[in-house]
Amino acid sequence: MFYREVGQYKTSYAADQAIFPIMQDRIGMVVIILGAYALTFTNNDFLLNAMMTPFLIFTLAAIGLNILTGYTGLLSLGTGAFMGVGAYACYKLTTLFPGVNIIIWILASGFFSALVGVIFGLPSLRIKGFYLAVATLAAQFFLEWCFIRIPWLYNYNTSAAIEVPTRTLFGIPVTGATATAETRYLVVLTIVIAMTWIASNIVHGRVGRMWMAVRDMDIAAELIGIRLLPTKLLAFAVSSFYCGVAGAMMVFLWYGGAESTVFSINQSFFVLFMVIIGGLGSLLGSYLGAGLIFMLPIILRLVPPRFGIPVHAATVEHITFMIVGALIVFFLIVEPHGLARLWQIAKQKLRVWPFPY
Amino acid sequence: MRAPSQTDIAAGEVLLSVENVSLSFGGVRAIRDVSFDIRKGEIRAIIGPNGAGKTSMLNVINGFYTPQQGKITFKGGTRNKMRPYDAARGGIARTFQNVALFRGMTALDNIMAGRTLRMHRGLFWQMLRFGPAMREEVAHRRRAEEIIDFLHIEHIRKVQVGRLPYGLQKRVELARALAMEPELLLLDEPMAGMNLEEKEDMSRFVLDVNQHYGTTIALIEHDMGVVMDLSDRVVVLDYGQKIADGTPDEVKSNQAVIDAYLGVAH
Repeated sequence: MFYREVGQYKTSYAADQAIFPIMQDRIGMVVIILGAYALTFTNNDFLLNAMMTPFLIFTLAAIGLNILTGYTGLLSLGTGAFMGVGAYACYKLTTLFPGVNIIIWILASGFFSALVGVIFGLPSLRIKGFYLAVATLAAQFFLEWCFIRIPWLYNYNTSAAIEVPTRTLFGIPVTGATATAETRYLVVLTIVIAMTWIASNIVHGRVGRMWMAVRDMDIAAELIGIRLLPTKLLAFAVSSFYCGVAGAMMVFLWYGGAESTVFSINQSFFVLFMVIIGGLGSLLGSYLGAGLIFMLPIILRLVPPRFGIPVHAATVEHITFMIVGALIVFFLIVEPHGLARLWQIAKQKLRVWPFPY
Repeated sequence: MRAPSQTDIAAGEVLLSVENVSLSFGGVRAIRDVSFDIRKGEIRAIIGPNGAGKTSMLNVINGFYTPQQGKITFKGGTRNKMRPYDAARGGIARTFQNVALFRGMTALDNIMAGRTLRMHRGLFWQMLRFGPAMREEVAHRRRAEEIIDFLHIEHIRKVQVGRLPYGLQKRVELARALAMEPELLLLDEPMAGMNLEEKEDMSRFVLDVNQHYGTTIALIEHDMGVVMDLSDRVVVLDYGQKIADGTPDEVKSNQAVIDAYLGVAH
């Protein structure tokens, strides 16, 4: 009833090219962002540290993979490794140059990840689909090997793990044991919102159209003057940048320390599931997918005890696997465009409600 | 809209010529020693029975296939092979026999994608999407809208092209090619699978593009009525060889052409 675009006339092409052309969507966005910031005042460490922060970090990784797989049509199984590159780069940078602000290093580590992504993206000119997925799988295994076998990467720690030192921003600890859940959450939230905004600008503009053109029909894309290799490599670079920043944030602002196993192939699949369930080629889908896949186990663990049903931790894990598996099969068959598409359909229904069409 | 002429080639002079082009795939000789030229401002038809090598010829012209022999001269520059990017940059646009649109994108985005080569703001401005990037976006949107008006596809500009009926898809594909503001437009069977009314519409559009924008057009078509009415000159291929070249009337009365189409008594 309230979701109507009637009377909202666009008088310029700029208004029509806007990302949220409908007033209600813009208001909704502002409310959601303000609400996300307001969560800081709940002082609920479990909510912020165990739910919201990781959810946002996984969302960023999912956006990264979505740029590559959803928008450019290049299937990748190396997400975990690219996240790892970001994490290890950030660790090396901040231990080599402790004086520089940690936020700068978290963002800068994305560039290392982007570089590695471009190198492993080179085969994408010649190979597509499953074969490219296998090539990125090689990247996954090779980089994981590097994280274990090159002690220089973890500063020769005997534990072979990276331990996050305390770093401050305006005198307030952001990383390390003394940082509060609120600070970490605020940093993660701000970075994720900013990077989502940038991603949305890119995919709605010329570069996004080039990516989608390559995804939908590479022959025609070539004949309208899109050079395939630079376009695909740019997608690899931007995608890996996002994954790298997500990886760095995961270790520095969530775990507080990590071994190479964090960035295993399981992590790659985890993010890929989020993208598939959320919706290929949709930024909103990255949020929905990350939310569903990450929150599902937590909800399963929390809700039944409230009703007096005791659930064992192992049972939760098994149920999660079964539900996620079933959901993936369901979405692949019923709605390949994922939750984001369902959301669009719901919006369309809402727009014409109470009429069916 | 101004005529998209970037060269000093006057109307009637040779815009593109292929000389002694041969193309084979293993033992299959798709094109054998074919030469012809396309003059600026004309509508040039390439006809011939199925498998005569017409589409292969277009693929050679815009650089999709590399011929084993022969030369291609476009706007005065001679080369042994075109590259797709150079062809696009030089002003050759193309539509496909079986529509090759970007199915996941809207009609408008497809047309905007056709303007990729003319947009120059890099990743930095794309990330911000205001100031120069937005001005560029709006300027190109205006050009895209002119083409949308021209081809009467206003009502479907926000529709995902995968959901459009075939006839409209063909029209969007033409719009995407026009968005490149090409000098030479290659149309591969633009009327295939259309009913009479749609064919008439499309013929009108082809003529309008030629006259209004001054675009040189090379088209492949099986409908002889359309070919004879639209084209200034016709080249006829059969089994990869050129068997006739001339005005529609000359070609119509050529014995080799009649034999190729109707068969010869043995």
